[in-house]
Amino acid sequence: MAMRKVAVVGAGMTKFMRRAQETGRELAFQASRMALDSCEMTLDDIDAVALGTAPDAFDGLHMKGEYLSDGAGAWHKPYMRCYVGGGTGVFAAIQGWYHVASGLFDTCLVVCEEKMSSCQPHPQGAFITIFDHTTERALKPNLVWIFALEMNRYMTVHGIEKKDIARVAVKNKRNALDHPCAQLAADITVEDVLNSEVLAWPVQRLDISPTSDGAVAIVMAAEHVAKRITDKPAWVRGVGWSLDTAYWTSRDLYYPKYVEYAARMAYDMAGITEPRKEIHVVEPYDPFDYKELHHLEGLLLADKGDAARLTAEGVTARDGNMPVCPSGGMLGVGNPIAAAGLMKVSEIFWQLRGEAGKRQVPGQPQTGLAQSWGDLMQVGCVVILGV
Amino acid sequence: MSANIENFPGTPLSQADFDEGKILTTHWKPKLEYGWDAGVAISRYLAELKNGRLIGIKCNRCRRTVVPPRVVCEWCWEPMEAWVYLEDTGTVNTFSICYIRWDATRAKEPQIPAVIEIDGASRGAGILHLLDEVNADDVTIGMKVQAVWKPAEERSGSITDIKYFRPT
Amino acid sequence: MSLVERITSFADAKVWYGNLPIESLYTVGIAGEKFFRAIKDRGVIMGSVCPSCNLTYLPPMMYCERCFAELEEWVEVGTKGTVYTYTVVGVSLGGAPLEQPEILALIKIEGAHGGLVHRLGEVKPEETEIGMPVEAVLKPKKDREGSILDIKHFKPA
Repeated sequence: MAMRKVAVVGAGMTKFMRRAQETGRELAFQASRMALDSCEMTLDDIDAVALGTAPDAFDGLHMKGEYLSDGAGAWHKPYMRCYVGGGTGVFAAIQGWYHVASGLFDTCLVVCEEKMSSCQPHPQGAFITIFDHTTERALKPNLVWIFALEMNRYMTVHGIEKKDIARVAVKNKRNALDHPCAQLAADITVEDVLNSEVLAWPVQRLDISPTSDGAVAIVMAAEHVAKRITDKPAWVRGVGWSLDTAYWTSRDLYYPKYVEYAARMAYDMAGITEPRKEIHVVEPYDPFDYKELHHLEGLLLADKGDAARLTAEGVTARDGNMPVCPSGGMLGVGNPIAAAGLMKVSEIFWQLRGEAGKRQVPGQPQTGLAQSWGDLMQVGCVVILGV
Repeated sequence: MSANIENFPGTPLSQADFDEGKILTTHWKPKLEYGWDAGVAISRYLAELKNGRLIGIKCNRCRRTVVPPRVVCEWCWEPMEAWVYLEDTGTVNTFSICYIRWDATRAKEPQIPAVIEIDGASRGAGILHLLDEVNADDVTIGMKVQAVWKPAEERSGSITDIKYFRPT
Repeated sequence: MSLVERITSFADAKVWYGNLPIESLYTVGIAGEKFFRAIKDRGVIMGSVCPSCNLTYLPPMMYCERCFAELEEWVEVGTKGTVYTYTVVGVSLGGAPLEQPEILALIKIEGAHGGLVHRLGEVKPEETEIGMPVEAVLKPKKDREGSILDIKHFKPA
């Protein structure tokens, strides 16, 4: 394939908050402006804008992409919104990548925003529409059902206990103590997780990420431009995405095959044959603690059913052999859906450039991976960056 | 870059900022009501539920029988035309014990949602439903269950024509 | 049955009724807070200024959409403007005829970029014209809540 090399050259984000005073477009502006400032670029230098944001019902704005366009810097520019549910944040970076890799644009500003606090009485009111309106919603489900059902299947097939999974929440919330944008950073114990309110067993309060407001932006550039902008471009080495069937009750929920397909696509593109050796830092999607484990297995970074052991042995700690969610993840930093996915890409960008501050993983990582997951728990999106 | 920044943008608000009117807001309560066409396959599914039967559909290419029925096999991209009556028994594929309602408020009594693989459909093909007449602690993955139907005169052509599944 | 088969009797077509149970609570935002507070507390309409693009945004924005500068300069734009375009609304949101048709207009204020969408009052539909000078009529201060409805309507000036 005759694709151009593309790099991430700048990143910016707002705090992740339970409720922000800023409107959605103001949040988008703050993150976008920060991303441009970080690489000393102006809006004039941007050829196109890629926007990612989750369902309109959260912000309470129909055609949210159009609403956000000026805050995302898209005035009089080619502009496109993408949406694959929770997978949107990483997919937006893939969208930015192919805008530039194709040769159509030399630079692309990628922006993700979410303002879930607008949604009353609770964003669950919008989330429940992921269930089939005729054959499932009649049973009055809530969103947590679907995760609880998947988590139970995963635990039972592999014989994993809740305490093995709770370690992920403990690790990520602690990692988030070092993130200046974190909403739910905390020093908690496995017992705290196990004693927290049961929402839908096996899902308890501290297994779950919060609803959040926030925005993240990155700047992507073609090789000849990237080299003028920075001496430390983070090259996009591989991208991949894949969707499974929407008939979720027909899938075997214990293993995210679609994440594996997305990962294989990205590894092939990057020429990575031994991901466990070649990926130095990972930001898998962690809206629930078990999802980090589930995704590490789908990404082929752990054997099926073995990710909990890696966590228990400290392999996935920030100073472990394979640091996982050094940012604090969505469990610790927060989960403004699309923005949370793009936060993971920007964390890899900062980690590879040695700019992650207190969150910096040791050993000068050369290659990192960000992954997101969503729609009806059916989409996997992967981006691999390298320096 | 992030290491050098102390003040990331964003203005967090507390509940008090709203309660005490410290910030201005606007409120909108839309009336978002829909009439969704059940479609060709699900209309038949609902009609058979009213008759007290579960029906699935088979793909003549991959030989898979699925439920709920659909007009196209998503594996083969082939039209599905072979209707198959299924048993009203099945196996618990996975389950949860749920203490919260749809709007995240606390429920008084827990519910037990489950994915149930229906006998007569291909392995792994299940539907979402509820379990009852069972102690939550006694539910296991792999447990055999059977549908408990509403009386014929109360059935309306809905998945809730099955009240719940109970252990056999 | 095949994909091309059609339901020919309406009685066979099953419709499932449901809703999307959400409401929205919007913050007015950083620029909105300043804009609505100025109307509520001081009865004035303000815009935000981008000095480099030479634009005064109305409604005000916290940033310039053209050059991405954060806007810190604010000015009063006055309460007088002209009708840029208008429509006479004869039916309610639900489609029922209105007893009293409403005149809805986009009002441009001299020197400001953008404009305000609002109702016209104290004027008949047949007397309304594009280009007509108008003026904001504010609610009494005690009734103002920090909303666009603190302006009752615009009337001919």
